[in-house]
Amino acid sequence: MTTYEAGQYDVIVIGAGHAGVEAAHAAAQRGAKTLMLTLNLDMIAFMPCNPSIGGPAKGIVVREVDALGGLMGKVIDKTYIQMRMLNTRKGPAVRALRAQADKPLYIQEMKRIMENTPNLTLRQGMVERLLIEDGECKGVITETKAIYRAQSVIVTTGTFMRGRVIIGDLSYESGPNNQRASVKLSEHLEELGFDLVRFKTGTPPRVNNHTVDYSQAEEQPGDENPQHFSYETTEQIIDQIPCWLTYTNEHTHKVINDNLGLSAMYSGMVKGTGPRYCPSIEDKIVRFHDKPRHQIFLEPEGRNTDEVYVQGLSTSLPEYVQHEILQSIPGLEKAEIMRAGYAIEYDAVVPTQLWPTLEVKDIDGLFTAGQINGTSGYEEAAGQGIMAGMNAAAKALDLDPLILDRSQAYIGVLIDDLVTKGTNEPYRLLTSRAEYRLLLRHDNADLRLTDIGYQMGMIDEQRYERFRYKKQLIDEEKKRLQKTQLKPTEELQAYIESAGGSRLKDGVKAYDLLKRPELNYDVIEQVAPVEQELPAEVKEQVEIQIKYEGYIAKSNQQVERMRKMEVKRIPDNIDYDAIHGLANEAKEKLKQVRPLNVAQASRISGVNPADVSILLVYIEQGNVAKVAND
Amino acid sequence: MENEKDTIAAISTPIGEGAIAIVRLSGDEAVSIANQVFHGADHLESVDTHTIHYGKIVEPINQQTIEEVMVTVMRAPKTFTKEDVVEINCHGGLASVNRLLELVLSRGARLAEPGEFTKRAFLNGRIDLSQAEAVMDLIRSKTDKAMDIAMNQLDGKLSKFVNQLRQELIETVAHVEVNIDYPEYDDVEEMSHDLLKERTKYVSNEVERLLQMSRQGKILREGIATAIIGRPNVGKSSLLNSLVQETKAIVTDIPGTTRDVIEEYVNIRGIPLRLVDTAGIRETEDIVEQMGVERSHQALKQSDLVLLVLNYGESLSEEDRKLFEAVEGLEYIVIVNKTDLEGKLDIEEVKRLAGEQKVITTTLIEDEGIKELEEAIADTFFEGEIESGDLTYISNVRHIQLLEDTLKALADARQAIDEDMPIDLVQIDVTRAWELLGEIVGDTLQDSLIDQLFSQFCLGK
Repeated sequence: MTTYEAGQYDVIVIGAGHAGVEAAHAAAQRGAKTLMLTLNLDMIAFMPCNPSIGGPAKGIVVREVDALGGLMGKVIDKTYIQMRMLNTRKGPAVRALRAQADKPLYIQEMKRIMENTPNLTLRQGMVERLLIEDGECKGVITETKAIYRAQSVIVTTGTFMRGRVIIGDLSYESGPNNQRASVKLSEHLEELGFDLVRFKTGTPPRVNNHTVDYSQAEEQPGDENPQHFSYETTEQIIDQIPCWLTYTNEHTHKVINDNLGLSAMYSGMVKGTGPRYCPSIEDKIVRFHDKPRHQIFLEPEGRNTDEVYVQGLSTSLPEYVQHEILQSIPGLEKAEIMRAGYAIEYDAVVPTQLWPTLEVKDIDGLFTAGQINGTSGYEEAAGQGIMAGMNAAAKALDLDPLILDRSQAYIGVLIDDLVTKGTNEPYRLLTSRAEYRLLLRHDNADLRLTDIGYQMGMIDEQRYERFRYKKQLIDEEKKRLQKTQLKPTEELQAYIESAGGSRLKDGVKAYDLLKRPELNYDVIEQVAPVEQELPAEVKEQVEIQIKYEGYIAKSNQQVERMRKMEVKRIPDNIDYDAIHGLANEAKEKLKQVRPLNVAQASRISGVNPADVSILLVYIEQGNVAKVAND
Repeated sequence: MENEKDTIAAISTPIGEGAIAIVRLSGDEAVSIANQVFHGADHLESVDTHTIHYGKIVEPINQQTIEEVMVTVMRAPKTFTKEDVVEINCHGGLASVNRLLELVLSRGARLAEPGEFTKRAFLNGRIDLSQAEAVMDLIRSKTDKAMDIAMNQLDGKLSKFVNQLRQELIETVAHVEVNIDYPEYDDVEEMSHDLLKERTKYVSNEVERLLQMSRQGKILREGIATAIIGRPNVGKSSLLNSLVQETKAIVTDIPGTTRDVIEEYVNIRGIPLRLVDTAGIRETEDIVEQMGVERSHQALKQSDLVLLVLNYGESLSEEDRKLFEAVEGLEYIVIVNKTDLEGKLDIEEVKRLAGEQKVITTTLIEDEGIKELEEAIADTFFEGEIESGDLTYISNVRHIQLLEDTLKALADARQAIDEDMPIDLVQIDVTRAWELLGEIVGDTLQDSLIDQLFSQFCLGK
């Protein structure tokens, strides 16, 4: 078959999963003529695994994507079947929203938005090769021999690259959910010199809703007053659907132990590295054998489907064993499997081959984003997608690239971890990965990122105006509380005591009163009334910023220290081998990672403080030379 | 990560070489930090640059004089580092130089990293290009050497102990993290404020103990500064002679220390006593008469131990009572000497005045009671026998600093608990403590927390 010229674009996105859609939308939004190529246009933003979005750290990423003008938050807000705010009894930094998704509706809504995005073309097709000329990526060739040309190409192929599904001793080439695997592209990347790793993940069986006895499970309802991911969402969904909780037991564990040899994980069939945070039920039983039971959440996959996702039961045991396992669990004794659980192995790109812009170091104009970079999770994919999309467009249109640092966003933490440290298992965001987690809150994602989204052309004027107004209200209210001096009148004392506070010794600023752990803004509002009632999100912001001021200030000091090292840029043409005194291990790591600045260099494992000092001295030689020549 | 602009300090003369030692500070705060501990005719912040000033280094909190010094103030840019530089010259031995360094560190300076003065000189353009390689060599060699030293100081027992504490902390932190990242995971109970407080308290106590041991280690290295006081003719000289005869004078291996310094060291069951001349035991006979109660109290504060000698043959005089006043609040042992004489002293009253402190009876002329005294000294400082094999002490200033920072972080955590701060904020300081301890054993990798998380708990969908 001969090739044909099928079109010229600024940016091409290969794949239409959670990374692909954000990438394509962001590139188009920045003004790039964009093409999104996918194997199957009916599966845009499909969720092959659990039907939920958000949770600790991940939910904050969704907020960040939204603050930058991305889609995930808007779409889930429109299609959720249940919404919960998690960690409400803990501090503001770790609160996180999680939604149960309606999978088919999510796909529909995402597809509708993509089809209505200006500058964006959707096309079905399997990409087999990239067009690489002189170290630059110039386009792609599909299996139907269509050549699409572009300035930048983003690969977001998820778990499709040489995907292999495994159930018991059955193993076949496949993408998730029996879609076609992408074999040739993976081989092509290998030819191009990419370092690939083999990762593994898995899913549990889905059972028929009508065959579950919910009377034996515990109901897990959504929040009565659901909050939302997107700063643009105004409407709540009223009729939420509950999830259900049940448990495995000793009988379940016996079934699994008796059949362990049949599990693909334990028979040696699976070669890939699985994530520790997403173990199969076999793994849980083996590694934590003294635990008498494990939690199983039953999660509906949507409003108009009978499929129920059995969260906690990810497995690669043969189908008949999966039946036996289900029969041992209260509520699932008669459950019918609609889809069996499976493990999937796939190729991923070693992410230290990427710049922090997600551009491939050795191939200009080629970007990768999402699960192909060794991450797991829809949210991690979306966060990378939007960044790759903006940066690929910037490359094509000659605009400034965008790199978020670790103090600006979880997205920054995620990408920095990937490109600086790499990962030896599918990478999942955790709040503990963020050293400035108090700054990276759910509540302030807009304050952190809306300005940037606006500068990137991702946020429209109307929304930006609303954002600025909110910011203004916050500042004004903080100033007002700073100026409001409260006298310790009997009335005030009595009120404070009734609100659970201890008596004042002296007059106090309303601002300082709010710092007391036991008093919240509602109390302050009563004792220092405001002329016009403020919106809830403004009150929340004022309270958090004042109450945790000390901790926030401490974090900001740490950020300042990091920033000082961040402005010390490492020249592109640096020759690490020529640097006297660097340890060999440090040289190897630095050559591999090619950090952009000294802060990033210092985060590489194997680069110790002495190496960082030496690097600093070396970099400063340029400045010294200037001084010497004066 | 070092901060480029902060003020650094270090002993800049080779340790154990030469009788004069210099503590050097460099950075924006160099002069103000030096001024906080300097007592002299001049206010260092208003003196001309490149001038030398005589004065004393005084501990600002308890007003204790540490050392007589000459201080050189040199302001940027005409200095070695092109920053403000202060050099404090003192003539004391290792012990007082170390104290001086600890003092400026406690006032806000940071201990310089190996080769950091030179590095700053370079970064600020003081050293030219051709010297760059030499600078890198210096950083590398000094770092390696410092690491060797640190490693040698860190014997297996100590690092094992620190690692145990870290394990305790990281399990606690992982527990909190699991509550945060897996809020619906019901296998672990919610980490409560009470539980967290209990765990941090335990680690605090252990760190405190380690610091305590490091003080004991310091005593082993530097000797117990000991003053002998008493009215004329109660037997102070006999005591000194007995102590010196009993043991042999320690010959220190610090070159340059003078002969009379050596003479003042005596060894009691492996514990070096450094007999301080504070009270002028040989020249002046009665310190209180000489200086008054208050001033002699201040002077005696410099000692780790005071030996108060009384005469059994005489009843308690007004001067004796003043001596008791002067040693109030200090560590002291009462020696009732001359028990060969007819007893006129009211022992019961002496015991009452001494309170918790020990009272020993001796007949120094006949060398009686010296054993009891030695025992009392050993008891006071080491709660009995010193088993040097069992003493894992930290002598590195950096390590002591890190332990003190650890204590501070844990105290902050407990304060946050008391203020009912959310657990994830309390945890910030607990994690900090874990990182600080990690700097002692050379491990601060964030990844180990995540490893802990997944090995300790069974998590996932």
